[in-house]
Amino acid sequence: MFSRREFLMAATATSALLGSGMAGNWSRLMAQQGLTEDALLSMQPTGNLTLIHITDIHAQLKPIYFREPSINLGIGDVEGKPPHVTGADFLKLYNIQPGSPDAHALTSDDFAALAQSYGKVGGMDRVATVIKRIRAERGNDNVLLLDGGDTWQGSYTSNVTEGQDMITVMNALNPDAMTGHWEFTYGQDRVQEVIDELPFAFLGSNIYDNEWDEPAFEAWKMFERGGSKVAVIGQAFPYTPIANPRWMIPGWSFGIREEDIATHVEEARSEGADIVVLLSHNGFDVDRKLASRVDGIDVILTGHTHDALPEPVIVNNTLVIASGSNGKFVSRVDLDVKDGKVAGYGYRLIPIFSDVITPDAEMAALIDEVRAPYEADLARKLGTTESLLYRRGNFNGTFDDLICQALIEERDAQIALSPGFRWGTSLLPGQDITFEDLHNACAMTYPAAYRSKMTGQMLKEILEDVGDNLFNKDPYYQQGGDMVRVGGMGYTIAPNRDIGERITDMTLLSTGEAIDPQKEYVVAGWASVNEGTEGPAIWDVVENHITKNPTVKLPDNKSVKVVGI
Amino acid sequence: MTLTRREALGLSAGAAAFLAIGTKVSFANADATEAAIMEFTGGATPAEGKISLDTPEIAENGNTVPVGVTVDSPMTADSYVASVLILADGNPNPAVATFHFSAISGDAEAKTRIRLAKTQNVVAVAKMNDGSTFIDRKEVKVTIGGCGG
Repeated sequence: MFSRREFLMAATATSALLGSGMAGNWSRLMAQQGLTEDALLSMQPTGNLTLIHITDIHAQLKPIYFREPSINLGIGDVEGKPPHVTGADFLKLYNIQPGSPDAHALTSDDFAALAQSYGKVGGMDRVATVIKRIRAERGNDNVLLLDGGDTWQGSYTSNVTEGQDMITVMNALNPDAMTGHWEFTYGQDRVQEVIDELPFAFLGSNIYDNEWDEPAFEAWKMFERGGSKVAVIGQAFPYTPIANPRWMIPGWSFGIREEDIATHVEEARSEGADIVVLLSHNGFDVDRKLASRVDGIDVILTGHTHDALPEPVIVNNTLVIASGSNGKFVSRVDLDVKDGKVAGYGYRLIPIFSDVITPDAEMAALIDEVRAPYEADLARKLGTTESLLYRRGNFNGTFDDLICQALIEERDAQIALSPGFRWGTSLLPGQDITFEDLHNACAMTYPAAYRSKMTGQMLKEILEDVGDNLFNKDPYYQQGGDMVRVGGMGYTIAPNRDIGERITDMTLLSTGEAIDPQKEYVVAGWASVNEGTEGPAIWDVVENHITKNPTVKLPDNKSVKVVGI
Repeated sequence: MTLTRREALGLSAGAAAFLAIGTKVSFANADATEAAIMEFTGGATPAEGKISLDTPEIAENGNTVPVGVTVDSPMTADSYVASVLILADGNPNPAVATFHFSAISGDAEAKTRIRLAKTQNVVAVAKMNDGSTFIDRKEVKVTIGGCGG
């Protein structure tokens, strides 16, 4: 426990500083609960088979801060159901003590203050420790390690190496299978080249060759573990060619294709599978609906929407497991398999508190090695933030506001649009903003910051379209990104209404005037899915802005009003 | 640098055209779709079942959307699918295709790719050799795209 003592001392010091009953309460609780590696990892074993699930790492090799959403609305049938529960409601639902380690890991309440004490999360060297320990405890032949994708993208080093840093690190962890989404934004040739060399299966039941409409990827694979035959079906993000540039993967078509999954379940059972697992990048609500419609899936390891739930959601006898993002969590699913069925299960969503879990020395060395050529760049300080910077949540986060501000000022625009990605790490008040931190918020392969004129009508249509991708009552029509972030313009949104009727009161913030549907506005944005988009890379735009304004201070965004919920 | 709206956001030309024309056209097209169904069935309301459409929930490219149709039929001289009508109720002209079958077709299955101007229903109606008709409808969303992830 290299830093447990330091860790507890820091916690005590902070609680003394804050001096509130609340702070004293949680630091005591932490001590009582003995936040140790053993406490985080130990669980009563069940059965012979263990699935380890990690997903949406977004290329975060090193520990980071990651604030969970304070707003994550569910529409229609899923309103108020996990994962569409946040803050105090979440703690109540799962009976978690406010201020406790689990509360800090799973919600955004008091995030900045608690993060000071609990420290950073994630780090692939800590993840390696957890995985090795589970394998040692359960036996190598009884464990499957499954990666849900969005692994190769999300950092400066992943972007400049076309994912190679992550591929090297993941190969060292020896996974059994993965599926993908942002992986595809390195382009079809790069993905094909990597997959050809990959020492494990890249599964995609729903990826078809565009020309002949034939399956383009291995759909599923049978493993023998823990004395059982375990079929793993892979499901890549169904809307990759819509949410991301189609021109980068011209030969591949995706889609939900639930009938294909049903076919593979039948194939797997007929070939003697005791257990069927869907390794999915569908997003939580899509997988919940899919579980209700496709029989015979024992476990869905879901990804894409970055939700972290401390218990499985059970739908139609399927355990739906949500394992968070950014290396912040690792899921351990123990299964007791009898007569081709799950007779019992044990589940632990393990939060990777990086000050508590000892880094694996081999992996730490490998991470240092892959990062070494870039260390000088990564550490370069651009500025300091006085505010908590974060992205995750349905509407503008403060990091998005910083990006929008940079777009408006550096590109001389009236209005800025920034994509509602769910990746992007957080920074605490008082932290330096480094080159690495900035790239964690925008590293990707189509970064051009365009400047264009759009009518008010066009802007409304964009907001309506993205709003429907997020809030359509049928999850199969959702794309899993959050709402497009807007700078320089306020609006009101009624998520429960239909497309065309959600967005009202669009206002140009600089003048307070209503947006005129006929009038043209200068709009800057980035991450256009269209080929040939021109403009400087978004990270250069934001770096220039921070260099000129090195102290960042951004209150929470008040220009989006949510009504009718 | 000047970008057109389409370049910046990938809005399909069809969707822009729809917006310019407004919603009256979509009602007119819905009427035209109903009229085309009635003409095909000889005025009878087609039943649900037997026919199933295979379409994506969201089109990857509105200009070429794969559409498949399958009709459950023994395809014998006594009982076979005579024809299948495909319509797109939000296109400027809803008529897409009519596939003709006979008992020797073997299976009543067809696949094609169609252009969809905007989010709309694709409709398929099967006419059996005895004159009975069956219908399926699926909504296909045509979206600007981007921002997912």
